[in-house]
Amino acid sequence: MNNPVKISTRGLNFYYGDNRALIDNNLDIRANCITAVIGPSGCGKSTHLRVYNQIYRLYRGQRAEGTVLLDGKNILEPGVDLPDLRRRVGMIFQKPTPFPMSIYDNIAYPLRLHYKLSRSEEEGRVEDALRRACIWDEVKDKLQRGGPALSGGQQQRLCIARAIAAEPEVLLMDEPTSAIDPVATNKIEELLPELRRRFTIVIVTHNMQQASRISDYTAFFYKGRIVETDTTAKIFTNPSDKKTEEYITGRFG
Amino acid sequence: MQRTDKIFRLVCLLCALPAALLLPGMLLQLLSNSAEAWHTFGLSFLWSSEWDPAAGKYGAWPGIAGTLLTTATALVPAVPLAFSAALLLTEVPSWLAKPLSHAVDLLAAIPSVIYGMWGLFVLAPLMQEHVQPLLARLPGSTLLLGEDNSGFGFLTAGLILALMILPYMCAIMRDVISMTPPMLREAAYGVGCTCLETTRDIVLRHGLRGIIGGIFIGLGRALGETMAVLFVVGNIMEPPAGLCSCGTTIAATLANNFAEADGLQRSALFALGLVLVVMSVGIQAGAQYYLRLTGAKRGETI
Repeated sequence: MNNPVKISTRGLNFYYGDNRALIDNNLDIRANCITAVIGPSGCGKSTHLRVYNQIYRLYRGQRAEGTVLLDGKNILEPGVDLPDLRRRVGMIFQKPTPFPMSIYDNIAYPLRLHYKLSRSEEEGRVEDALRRACIWDEVKDKLQRGGPALSGGQQQRLCIARAIAAEPEVLLMDEPTSAIDPVATNKIEELLPELRRRFTIVIVTHNMQQASRISDYTAFFYKGRIVETDTTAKIFTNPSDKKTEEYITGRFG
Repeated sequence: MQRTDKIFRLVCLLCALPAALLLPGMLLQLLSNSAEAWHTFGLSFLWSSEWDPAAGKYGAWPGIAGTLLTTATALVPAVPLAFSAALLLTEVPSWLAKPLSHAVDLLAAIPSVIYGMWGLFVLAPLMQEHVQPLLARLPGSTLLLGEDNSGFGFLTAGLILALMILPYMCAIMRDVISMTPPMLREAAYGVGCTCLETTRDIVLRHGLRGIIGGIFIGLGRALGETMAVLFVVGNIMEPPAGLCSCGTTIAATLANNFAEADGLQRSALFALGLVLVVMSVGIQAGAQYYLRLTGAKRGETI
């Protein structure tokens, strides 16, 4: 696999106030691949991910330095159109975050933010997104019911549908299965190969088996640094760094 | 069950019971004391505007209409002010939010009689000299405002009430907004919402039940507030002729007349009191019912 680079990070440093959480991160995310980000708790995985859609900008005292090129354009520069960036780079969170509105509106709402669609176009896009997130059959008869009333696993697939409805280019997943049961986790993992055809996926996970099962590339983070990054096959069979080997074999973390 | 637990349970029950009995007890009391008035006037008491103790005629309409008008007038500025203030208090850094929060909370500590005095000596003259002449120049204003130009009346009373209920509403809304899960806010920004869109479509909807609850706390207070209104409403037993006209509210009527009332007038005043309680409880119950109806759509489980 030698897809073009979608996101290219060079010399990324991240600060929570005076605390430096990411140190000189360099990483290439390849288009239409799944890149797994692994490492022990507090190593900076989520922090790194949160730079890609600039969500950290909501908080005072958090700042990033370096360059992060999305299709060659640096998103760390001031003056970036944040709503448009976040349409292009969607995010799925650790816990499901359905909006306090109906199932239908959960999907239609982000569509209406970014596109002017006719009613029938909108309905088509909503159905399409729900189908691609493999939740259509479960909700098609209750689209007007509240999104937060679904089960946890369904909520998370609803959030995936919401994220893909606005036709993003990149999907960021921050431990998307850590708060849901194994059956629901399976369903979401089964979605990923299909989603990869259309989107570039970066997934943070604590689950080593998950990373090896689903991803094409893996980046191993430790104490804010990227220790090693390579194809998943290489990382899990023949890692070049000792720390990586210790982590994937479960000796710490 | 353990013996001590049984006793504990009993003690708790005895403490909780009075609260449950208070409302029905009060309603019964009001009903029995107002029986004569209901008997004499029937339901027309509710829409009769006549209040003539010499002729023995009493009607509740001036009080009911005045109460609704002052309350509505109070809510119009108070709700957006309280909500905007609550939003600001949850968004600004804490060195600014803390003193501002305390300032808003302390508004609630000012006794209502002080608001009344302030209204009488500061707000009413201000309204008379500056605001009402300005309003009078608007086309068609006599229809809306009435022809009074005394500085007293429903508008002045409503503005005072707005100040008085602001801290309660703001405190509740602030707590509701700050309870929005951070991840939900991030999700909203994450699909490309602006700050305004996140606030309007996600934060507001997520906390709608609490925010409406906050509005109704303020509304309940505005309905029954007596002292501050008494000072500035004008106290004439007439139904509202306009926003700036003088009139009365139920609470003000009760406070003004109870001391020297007896016989049928006393009974009529009790009937007015009953109307006030029913209005207040009715509005609260209506709001709860509405929230329950619409709650399912927002995905609330209760």
